[in-house]
Amino acid sequence: MQTSHLSVHFADRSALEDVDLQFLAGETTSIVGPNGAGKSTLLKCLAGMLPPTHGAVMLDDRVVDRPNPRVAYVPQRSEVDWKFPINVLDVALMGRSLRSSRVWPVPERDERAGLAALAEVGMHWHAKVQIGALSGGQQQRVFIARALLQQPEVFLLDEPFTGVDAPTQSLVVKILDDLRAAGKTIVFATHDLAMAERSSNICVLLNRRVVAAGPPADVMTVSNLHATFGGAAVSPAMAGARS
Amino acid sequence: MTSPLSPIFEPLNHGFMQNAFAAIVLVGVICGVMGVFVTLRGLAFMGDAMAHAVFPGVVISSVLGGSFLVGAVAAATVVSLAIGVVSQSGLLRHDTAIGVFFVGSFALGVAIISTRQTYARDITNLLFGSILGVSRYDLLLTGLVGCAVVIALWLARREIVTISFDRTFAQSQGLNPWGWDQLFLLLLSLTIVISLQTVGNVLVLAMLVTPAATARLLTIRLGAMIVISALIGAVAGIAGLYLSYYRGISSGASIVLVATAIFVAVFLFAPGTGAITARVMRRLHFSHPERDRFTDEDPAATRV
Repeated sequence: MQTSHLSVHFADRSALEDVDLQFLAGETTSIVGPNGAGKSTLLKCLAGMLPPTHGAVMLDDRVVDRPNPRVAYVPQRSEVDWKFPINVLDVALMGRSLRSSRVWPVPERDERAGLAALAEVGMHWHAKVQIGALSGGQQQRVFIARALLQQPEVFLLDEPFTGVDAPTQSLVVKILDDLRAAGKTIVFATHDLAMAERSSNICVLLNRRVVAAGPPADVMTVSNLHATFGGAAVSPAMAGARS
Repeated sequence: MTSPLSPIFEPLNHGFMQNAFAAIVLVGVICGVMGVFVTLRGLAFMGDAMAHAVFPGVVISSVLGGSFLVGAVAAATVVSLAIGVVSQSGLLRHDTAIGVFFVGSFALGVAIISTRQTYARDITNLLFGSILGVSRYDLLLTGLVGCAVVIALWLARREIVTISFDRTFAQSQGLNPWGWDQLFLLLLSLTIVISLQTVGNVLVLAMLVTPAATARLLTIRLGAMIVISALIGAVAGIAGLYLSYYRGISSGASIVLVATAIFVAVFLFAPGTGAITARVMRRLHFSHPERDRFTDEDPAATRV
């Protein structure tokens, strides 16, 4: 999957400028930047949810201009109605049920696949629990199970480590590692430099433009971080950075 | 001669009461089902707006002698498009746009109807319903349109649920939330139209919101919520109609009052979540899945 000269302008501002990136199978790419840097915008473009103003997103030499089942998108947890009366299994099954028969209930084999996907993220014991009763980390794991059920080649995750507990963080890192080992393409957005360094092999520093891209150790220099996060904001984040 | 059950059967000797009971059961069930989605989408205010927005359509078609179903749907479509255009402009909040157009539309209906000789009676019937005037034809229409609405909701249930729960994910699945919202509003306006004769313009909102809100207090499962909401709608309708018959209360008002009383009773005494029962249960150390949230730190978290 790649982007060429990707730009997105909204009515009163530009969100992305001339982004050229490549995402290869078997690689995990982290998109790092401050709030408003265009991380979510970039992921939505990759998912085919947002048409770019200029440039294009390509998946295997074909232009992505609409959502595609081969690309799974895991949205931020904050955009969800947690009071909705729906249980964990039914949330996971959304990854598949929109493509099954309108008239009949979800077939049993899909339900078994749903439970299997929940088992992969350690949530099958909670299959019948209302989604809002779970902790933030558990909710994130259910969303990843929903993406797994879609059986995609590309996983796009928006802030998967934000507001989740430590056990979930390491579990999500492990799941992403397994998916990468299985030859999937993983892209996640984060503002957490430590998570980006720990769990991706390519790091993109983004602040409307691509500041730098490459292996985390090469990319995270003081000058690059300065250019990405600005002066004041960078000092606490620089602790782990190399000069 | 008079059996103890005769107060229950006596009203059914009148043909108009048979029609009234059939109509209120139909409306109670259909509004109960539709209301579940209205409350889950947070569209209670939109429901009220639609009830008023169809008003000029009903009035114009009754003046011209056409089908009031067509008139109401046309009016609802025009108003919901106007709301859509104004709120998409980004200059005003969505609920502000709703407020402007639904009262404007309502006023247009009142203006047209006020030019007629039978103004007082007509407007009372439209605002508060005239359940005793329900004809066989009205029943048939209510039944057919109601079935169409329920079947459409069944076929679209996955899209509606996905969009209500997680709009961004729905978009990533290629769904167009705006288009599905328009379909939903069309079904909502049809539901409102077939309820106008029985409960009237002002009180239809209660049939949409109160049974569904009561059901939400009793269950966290969508399927169960729909069944319970439909049942409460029907029961409130029947009980309210008896109350109206024996006490001489306006039927729409007594139906809504019964539904409200059921809501208050459930809010206070529902097992587990009721304002009073929960206090008692907590004292007795019963747990409830929705109150006792799971956390990863809690070793008891695997208990379901």
